Amino acid sequence: MRRHDITLVVNGVARQASVPARRLLSDCLRHDLGLTGTHVGCEHGVCGCCTVLLDGQPVRSCLTFAVSVDGHEITTVEGLGGDGDSLSPVQQAFAECHALQCGFCTPGFLCTVTALLRDNPAPTDEEVVEGISGNLCRCTGYQNIVKAVHRAAELMAE
Amino acid sequence: MTTQLFGERVRRREDPRLLTGQGRYLDDLGRDALAVAFVRSPHAHARIRDIDVSGALDVEGLVAVYTYEDLPERLAEPLPLLIPHPALTHGRTAHPLAKDVVRHVGEPVVMVVAEDRYLAEDACGLIEVDYEVLKPVVGIEEAAQGAQLVHEDVPGNVGAHMVQEVPAADGRSAREAIETAPHTLAFRLDIERSASMPLEGRGVYARWDGSDLRVYSSTQTSTSVRMAIAAKLELPLPHVEVIAPDVGGGFGVKIMHPWPEEILVPWAAMLLGRPVKWTEDRREHFVSSAHERGQVHYVRVGFDDEGRVQGLEVTILHDHGAYTPYGIIVPIITSTQLLGPYRIGAYRVEFSSIYTNTVQVTPYRGAGRPQGVFCMERTMDKIAQYLGLDRAAVRERNFIQPDEFPYDQGMIFQDGRPLIYDSGNYPEMLRMVKELIGWDSFDKRPHTGIGLACYVEGTGVGPYEGGHVQVTSDGRVHVSTGLTSQGQGHETVFAQIAATELGVPIEKVSVVTGDTRRFGYAVGTFASRAAVMSGNAIALACRKVREKALRIAADALEADPGDLEITEGVVHVKGAPGASIPLATVAVLANPLRYAFDEEARRATQFASAAAPDRPPVAEGEEPGLEGRDYYSPVRSTFAAGMHAAIVETDPDTAEVRILRYAVVHDCGRLINPMIVEGQIHGGVAQGVGGALYERMVYDSHGQLLNASFMDFLMPYATEVPRIETAHLETPSPLNPLGIKGAGEAGVIPVSAVLASAIEDAEGLPIDRMPISPAELYHLRQSRDG
Repeated sequence: MRRHDITLVVNGVARQASVPARRLLSDCLRHDLGLTGTHVGCEHGVCGCCTVLLDGQPVRSCLTFAVSVDGHEITTVEGLGGDGDSLSPVQQAFAECHALQCGFCTPGFLCTVTALLRDNPAPTDEEVVEGISGNLCRCTGYQNIVKAVHRAAELMAE
Repeated sequence: MTTQLFGERVRRREDPRLLTGQGRYLDDLGRDALAVAFVRSPHAHARIRDIDVSGALDVEGLVAVYTYEDLPERLAEPLPLLIPHPALTHGRTAHPLAKDVVRHVGEPVVMVVAEDRYLAEDACGLIEVDYEVLKPVVGIEEAAQGAQLVHEDVPGNVGAHMVQEVPAADGRSAREAIETAPHTLAFRLDIERSASMPLEGRGVYARWDGSDLRVYSSTQTSTSVRMAIAAKLELPLPHVEVIAPDVGGGFGVKIMHPWPEEILVPWAAMLLGRPVKWTEDRREHFVSSAHERGQVHYVRVGFDDEGRVQGLEVTILHDHGAYTPYGIIVPIITSTQLLGPYRIGAYRVEFSSIYTNTVQVTPYRGAGRPQGVFCMERTMDKIAQYLGLDRAAVRERNFIQPDEFPYDQGMIFQDGRPLIYDSGNYPEMLRMVKELIGWDSFDKRPHTGIGLACYVEGTGVGPYEGGHVQVTSDGRVHVSTGLTSQGQGHETVFAQIAATELGVPIEKVSVVTGDTRRFGYAVGTFASRAAVMSGNAIALACRKVREKALRIAADALEADPGDLEITEGVVHVKGAPGASIPLATVAVLANPLRYAFDEEARRATQFASAAAPDRPPVAEGEEPGLEGRDYYSPVRSTFAAGMHAAIVETDPDTAEVRILRYAVVHDCGRLINPMIVEGQIHGGVAQGVGGALYERMVYDSHGQLLNASFMDFLMPYATEVPRIETAHLETPSPLNPLGIKGAGEAGVIPVSAVLASAIEDAEGLPIDRMPISPAELYHLRQSRDG
């Protein structure tokens, strides 16, 4: 099968991969680049587990062909925090508010919420619920995720 | 004690790795592994005439193709029937790959191994299976008529039939009590199929090195998967290790084992001498794992003028799908837990467990309880309505009173033990939930309604769990237990228990679960049992370690062990902090050494220690090392309880249901970590809301699952789950050392009942079937309005 050489700027680092045209971005990140923090829950764009930031915008990496984002910038959960082990305000708020249980959907929520708060640093309750309504979580009932988004907004405002 | 962490809202120790993408879920492992895909049956019922794999052989990257014909003797046998029961007279299980007949859409027929999953699926697409399509059996009542059979040798499609009867105090049967009661009601109640639906599906990854097999599985029971693999692959148990890595949710479905894939993937890894991995995709999860909930219930109840139940008779049709590997646990739980917090005069319950050509049924969070609670709570509401009484008052009149514990319901529970409630305070709980929701001051307006539902949940079923605790010479405490974790925060709560018991900072404690290399004896994580079972086992193991530490420290400090205590990881004489010895040093002294490998070890070597020359370095009855192992094996389950109340609003035009308020009062005994318990309740309620208003498995008459994707199986997003208000009551369990009860399933159990109650109140229509969609509510309105 014909392969295509692509370069993705992932979490600020240029990464090369040679992939068939049908390779999904989610599989490319996970299996070609070894960035397994991005998870795949449904492979049809509904659950949002695979959400990454493509040039800053949240996208479903399971509905994106890797070759179609050649040359673009991608941020995954591994790139949200600062250097070393430091957590981003969104990650920190999720820990403080117990906004995750099994953690499988969490990377998708973190990417979604990071973009949400960048665009709207002080969302209302309704805006938060609306903003995360494209991501499924089967563990938390969303109660503490909503809290965490508000808490992250607070932390970012500090 | 300064290190009192039991009961505190300690932040989770799992979170740093899970928040940074460093979790290790099944598909994150084995980057070098070959990939497996399956050809699965597209038919609900068919005979396999021929399998032609030749088309697949030219696929680039194809490594192997296996059908039933290729399986060795033990693998060719039917999969185990995990929980036999005398009433399960016609239990049937599938073969790992279909033999002759397929009995549901999704049953595995051919296994393909290739260099990657894309190529494996290419090959699957080129394999041709010739089927003779047979008439499928779909729908529980059609199946119960027995005109068509799922298994030729199972007459009437009846896998099991069971009756349990509890007579009234005066010896009368339920039927007699109902017939002579002042009032009787009879009605039918339905609950449809749903499923656990964790966001991570199943998955198996196996490595074979020529003599040892290591298997990773996204399972709720690694120890039992290990034994199943050893048996099926005829390997000595010590040569098989099974590890449950980070698991992306279970909710019951992953307690089922061994899945065909859990046997086939390790087998292929051994045959091929290369690591092999299978990761379930979402469609596979819908059609080839397990479902639950589908039951029809016929209820007859007799009661007096005050609404006190005198006799109750329930007849249940349980749809267990095509196979019964997990036995009849679900209808047994429905039958027994149906009684809830009530003292029912006389009770008769009968169920038939029926085969259909659909995905098999195994427990899903709640495990038959949501159906049982739906029956009992609908019954309470109907009695109240019939008599014109307050729904809460009718419940209260039937409650078991706080001074009646232990209360024997006179039945046999799912663990084979008597159904005896250990403790509880139901009147107080009702008072709390009424206050929380504002029951007495509810302002009834058109198209709004309030509802209430109560339940009792048997948790912490046996037979046992164990814990191992080791203090190493760096002062760290290593805790392991065999049961697994799927997001419950075990690494945190078990560390809280160990830190509290041993008097060490929690930062020094690490916890490993679900790894048979660390702890080989376990049952698994299900039935809200992990905290009760492993929590107590770990506490008992810690107490052994503590006792040994105090003994050794007493020697070193020339003190009486009874005068010592441990705080912040240091053993010291009570009231004399100067006379002390760190636990790390005690660990050194506990292990007499010949060789010094670091400064700590040097202190325990033979010429350095002050051991008495006339005594053996390891005293009789002692073992080297500061470690302990213990088990907790309860005589029977401990019974948690809860009461939920909700206020709903129904749209007069679209019949959409909006939950305006949702209140939970919950009693799981002593709370280890309230933050985590609340999280469990939130998640359970959300799943309950899904099950009450949105989620169902829609099979057509051909046995095709029409909504096998997240686009059509509607799980709640944040927009569908209301804010959940919670309050706790703590009635300790007298059965275990920590006084705790399980909390994992609680939230989901009464949600269909409470929402049915509230919708009924809003609409003035009987709600006897859940889930209820806007279209169904609309049609109910139409048939009422003629």
